[in-house]
Amino acid sequence: MTPAQRGGAVDAFARRHRFRALEALPWLLAIAAYFAFPDYLALGAQIVAMVLFGLSADLVLGYAGIVTLGHAAFFGMGAYTAGYLAAHGVGSPLVGLVAASAMGAAIGALSGVIILRTQGLSILMLTLVVCVMLQEAANKMTSITGGADGLQGMQVGSVLGLFSFDIYGHTAYWYCLCVLAAGWLIARALVHAPFGRSLTGIRENVTRMHAIGSPVFLRLLTIYTISAAMAGAAGALIAETTGLVALNVLSVDLSGTILVMIILGGVGRLYGAFIGVPLYMIAQDRFSEIDPVYWYFWIGLLLVLVVVFARGGVLGLAEALIRRSTRRR
Amino acid sequence: MTASATLSAFVSIAFHGTAFAMVLYLVSVGLSVTMGLMGFVNLAHGVFAAAGGYFMTTLMTRYGVPFPLALAGGTIAVAVLAVPLERFLYRPLYGADELDQVLMTMGLVFMSVAVGKFFWGPLAQPFQPPSFLSGQIDLGFRTFPTYRSFLIVSGAVLVTLLWLGLERTRFGARIRAAVDNRRMAQSVGINTSALFTMAFALGSGLAALGGGIGAEILAIDPGYALEHLVYFLIVVAVGGLGTIRGPFVAAMLLGISDTGFKYLLPEFGAFFIYALTMVVLLWKPRGLFGQA
Repeated sequence: MTPAQRGGAVDAFARRHRFRALEALPWLLAIAAYFAFPDYLALGAQIVAMVLFGLSADLVLGYAGIVTLGHAAFFGMGAYTAGYLAAHGVGSPLVGLVAASAMGAAIGALSGVIILRTQGLSILMLTLVVCVMLQEAANKMTSITGGADGLQGMQVGSVLGLFSFDIYGHTAYWYCLCVLAAGWLIARALVHAPFGRSLTGIRENVTRMHAIGSPVFLRLLTIYTISAAMAGAAGALIAETTGLVALNVLSVDLSGTILVMIILGGVGRLYGAFIGVPLYMIAQDRFSEIDPVYWYFWIGLLLVLVVVFARGGVLGLAEALIRRSTRRR
Repeated sequence: MTASATLSAFVSIAFHGTAFAMVLYLVSVGLSVTMGLMGFVNLAHGVFAAAGGYFMTTLMTRYGVPFPLALAGGTIAVAVLAVPLERFLYRPLYGADELDQVLMTMGLVFMSVAVGKFFWGPLAQPFQPPSFLSGQIDLGFRTFPTYRSFLIVSGAVLVTLLWLGLERTRFGARIRAAVDNRRMAQSVGINTSALFTMAFALGSGLAALGGGIGAEILAIDPGYALEHLVYFLIVVAVGGLGTIRGPFVAAMLLGISDTGFKYLLPEFGAFFIYALTMVVLLWKPRGLFGQA
């Protein structure tokens, strides 16, 4: 490496946290979608909320390398917290949102303290078990959760007392988009900070991170808790904008589906969720109108193909194409 | 409850729990061996059990094949089908990220749900035990359902056969060698690639057998592989990878305690099972019989 090249590399490293023009693209598209598809805002709000959920899963999976099959635990607890508050006289969406994040963080920290000490199959199993345990608890505690019938009687108030939710989803869409923007700024700051770099280090070589004195367990616990809080917030968004909470918010299905969505976009890239989640949910919406039964077949096939042929997802493919075209030049 | 009623309840729990445990064991033991051998997180293992059950019930109801033949047919068909799957889908991912394995096999599970619905409809497959296995059997002090007694006996026979096969044959010795130290096994001339394929086919065939024989307990429907996945994984993780004794103990624990909890404390459902699993995994992350 010549000094000039080295200088360039250092420069690139020092600038990597700065905002690039391309990063405005998802937001411009989201705003454009509001005007272009006014009939689909309810679906749009759900997509935006799920992007936040995907972003939280990407922090744990893509950056810290924790393979979790139970991320719906935090999402679902957040949804139930917000739903329960709304059904018991606390209608303010923001209060519900904060409470749901706190609940997510609490569950994340509590379970994280226990399960993050393990690795490999054990951690996969333990995340899964936490999720099914909470679902079974929700299923059986019918006086609080409504059990299999779902939570009854949610009364969601207006955002800040100014914007009440309408059936077309105007408020829901903007509300979700603002919360997502906040979550995105936090996640972005985290992954570009030294903290985020150390997570990547843990993912790539945990032994070496121990050797250089990095507090591995504490780092993992921190990101797990933050991610759980974010997932809880996403759950609250879904609960408040749809007015429904049922047992499926805590299901292993959902934990798997959110992984699928971010894999389609590309993990560990921060924007995987922004591509994968809308892609999946719009395709699901279209396909299930044609034949709801066989939707699972196509998504399964797509998943197998992605793993076999395109491990980086859509963003990985894009990167490979860009690299190839620049090399040719 | 009187003393005799209590005793009777415990006998029932032990009996039905053991029958359930046999099904769980047959389905999961192959998963334990393949996960231990190849280090592959195979979430799609239940698909093989479901396929075995579908083949068997189809042969029985549509073509009138007798139960033992239909069961054998389903088992062999699945074991044969597993070979190309292993070669072309699983093999490229040995040694890959767990995440890739989880996703690929989850894709297979999703596809199996749709395929099951497409060919057999959304409802559970009817399963009628043959006449010589239906009804009750009288053991002097009380009667037991014949089919479940048959499950327990055939499960016990298969466990013994498997144990003998793994401990007393050359094939079993090769598998144990490859589980313990794959490189060393290759160095002394064991063809681990062929071994993996055979172990995979054998494990899948056992799962198909378990799915078919257990169709009375775990009904065969399109969601089979997804619904029961957690239980199969618990058996494997609690028992420990790469052993056949571990999953047996785990399946017995799970089968009997699940039946017991659901009978005695139905208001808690499967909650305690999950809590127990968590405790075991925290105490022994590699499972009860897993090697350190």
